[in-house]
Amino acid sequence: MSLRADLAAIAANVAPGSRVLDVGCGEGELMEVLQRQRGCDARGMEIDPEAVERCVARGLSVVQGDADRDLADYPDDAFDCAILSQTLQTAARPDLLLDELLRVGRRAFVSFPNFAYWRMRAALLFRGRMPVTRHLPVSWYETQNIHHVTVDDFRELLRAKGVTVEKTWFFTRGREIGGAAANWRAEHAVFQLSR
Amino acid sequence: MAPSTDPAVKSLRLESPLPLDSGQALDGVRVAYETYGELAADKSNAILVFHALTGDQHLASPHPITGKPGWWDRMVGPGKPIDTSRFHVICANVIGSCMGSTGPASEGPDGRAWAMRFPVITIRDMVRAQVALIDALGIELLHAVVGGSMGGMQALSFAANFPTRAARVLAIATTARHSAQNIAFHEVGRQAIMADPNWEGGDYYGRGKGPEKGLAVARMAAHITYLSEAGLTGKFGRRLQDREAKSFGFDADFQVESYLRHQGIAFTDRFDANSYLYITRAMDYFDLAEEHGGRLADAFAGTPARFCLVSFDTDWLYPTSESRHVVHALNAVAAPVSFVELSAPHGHDSFLLDVPALDRVVKGFLE
Repeated sequence: MSLRADLAAIAANVAPGSRVLDVGCGEGELMEVLQRQRGCDARGMEIDPEAVERCVARGLSVVQGDADRDLADYPDDAFDCAILSQTLQTAARPDLLLDELLRVGRRAFVSFPNFAYWRMRAALLFRGRMPVTRHLPVSWYETQNIHHVTVDDFRELLRAKGVTVEKTWFFTRGREIGGAAANWRAEHAVFQLSR
Repeated sequence: MAPSTDPAVKSLRLESPLPLDSGQALDGVRVAYETYGELAADKSNAILVFHALTGDQHLASPHPITGKPGWWDRMVGPGKPIDTSRFHVICANVIGSCMGSTGPASEGPDGRAWAMRFPVITIRDMVRAQVALIDALGIELLHAVVGGSMGGMQALSFAANFPTRAARVLAIATTARHSAQNIAFHEVGRQAIMADPNWEGGDYYGRGKGPEKGLAVARMAAHITYLSEAGLTGKFGRRLQDREAKSFGFDADFQVESYLRHQGIAFTDRFDANSYLYITRAMDYFDLAEEHGGRLADAFAGTPARFCLVSFDTDWLYPTSESRHVVHALNAVAAPVSFVELSAPHGHDSFLLDVPALDRVVKGFLE
C-alpha cells in the first residue's frame, strides 16, 4: 500500500519506536505503516464511527472523538509526537487545536491544503468562484474545511505562538517541490513542529 | 426456582472458600458454566464471556427452561464474530444468580435455602468466582474477556483486578460505576419484589408461591430502560392491543402494556426474585474508581491488555459518556484503547440485537 505523499513524508520522519497519536486518523493507513514499518506505538482519534470501526477491525487502537474537544482527555506529554493531517482546516479553532497537539505531544506534524496555491488564487481571481479542485472537490456549502489557511498564514500563527518549525515539506500534484515561493506553488504543506 | 441439579449442567465446586468484598467468605461455591469450541493444546485460545443481569451461561445454546436460543447466539458460534471454530468460549453463571451457580436459592450450610441470609455480593466477587473457574480449567491467560452491560462491568473489573489474565478486554454498553439514575431504577424493582406479600422476607422457597407479581413489575420497569424511546414508539406507538377502541378500564389497552406484561410474566418462569435483589445490589455497589482510591485511572495503571469500548447512541441506561469516562482513564495510563459509539435504534439492548457494525468491531478486535 502506498501512502499519500504528505503521509509518506510524515511516516519517514517519525522516530522509529516512538509513541504517536494520529488525530483524524481516517481508516488508519498512516498508523498501520507507523506500527508495522517504524515499530511505533500508534494511537488514533477519528470522528467518523465507520472509519473507527475499520481501524478496530485492522487491529489498531483508535478512539472515536472530536479533535476540537476530546484531545483534552489525554495527559500532557502523552506522546512523542502528535499528527494532524488534513484536519487543521476543519477545526472549530485551529489555533487551540495546535496548542493541544503540542501539549499532548512533544512534537507535532501538521499537514494542510494551501489555499494560496496559485490555482486557488486563479479560481477566485478569474472566475470569482470558491475553488473546487482535485484535492478539495467539494463546494463551499458542504465542505468540512471551515478555516481556509495558507502557508504564510500558518507560519504567522506559529510565530505568534512561539512554536519552532523543525522541517517543512511542500507538495504539488502529489510530488514534493522545493520550499521557494511555497505560498504560491504548493498545493499541500507539511510542517514538523516542536514547542 | 431451585438451582439446577441437572447432571448435564457443567459446574465446578470451588475447593476453597471464596473471599467476598463484604469481608465474609462463601464456602462450597458452585460455578455453573458452558463452553463452546475446542480449547487449544496450549490453552491460548480461550475467551471468557460475562453475562448481564438476567443472563446465564447459555450463551450460544438453547436455554434449558425457555428453549429459546442462547442469549448471544447471533454473536457466538462457528464462523460468527466470536468464532467457536477458532476460540474456546467460556461463559459462567454469576454467583448470586439462579442457573446453577451458588445464589440465594441454593442450599445454605444448614440445609435450607440461603434466601436473604446469602451474603451481599459485588461485581468483583462475581469475577473472583470466574477467575477460580479459569484457574481450575488451567487457563493462565485468556485471549479476551468480553461482556455487555453488567457483563461489561465484570470485564472492566476483571481487567482492573486481574490485569495479567486477559490479553484483550471488550466492554460493550457499560459503565465503570452505577449512576444515581441506575440505582434509582433498580430500587424500584427491588421495592416491587419486596412489596409483594408472597416475598415473605425472602423465605418463599418450597412454599409453591413466590413474589412473581413483584418480580414481573421489576422486570417491566427495567425492560423500559433497555429500550429507546424511538424504539418503543416505532414498535408500539399508541396502537391498541386486539381492540378497536379504548376500554375505559385498566386492561392492557395499549400494545406496549400488553408487551411489558408479557415480558414481566415470562421472566418469572426463569428467574429467582431473590437473585434479582442480590444481582441488582451488586451492580449498584459497582464503582471501579472507589475500589482503587477514587481515581479510575489507577484501576488500570500498568495494565498490559488492549481495550475496546463500544457504546450505542440510543442507550440512555449506560450512555456514551460512561464509556468515554473509561476511555479517558485508560488514556491517562496510556493503555491501548479503542472506542466507538455505534448508531443503533434499540437502546441499551442493542448489544444483544442485530447491529452489523458491532459484529465487525467484535470480530476485528478479537483478531
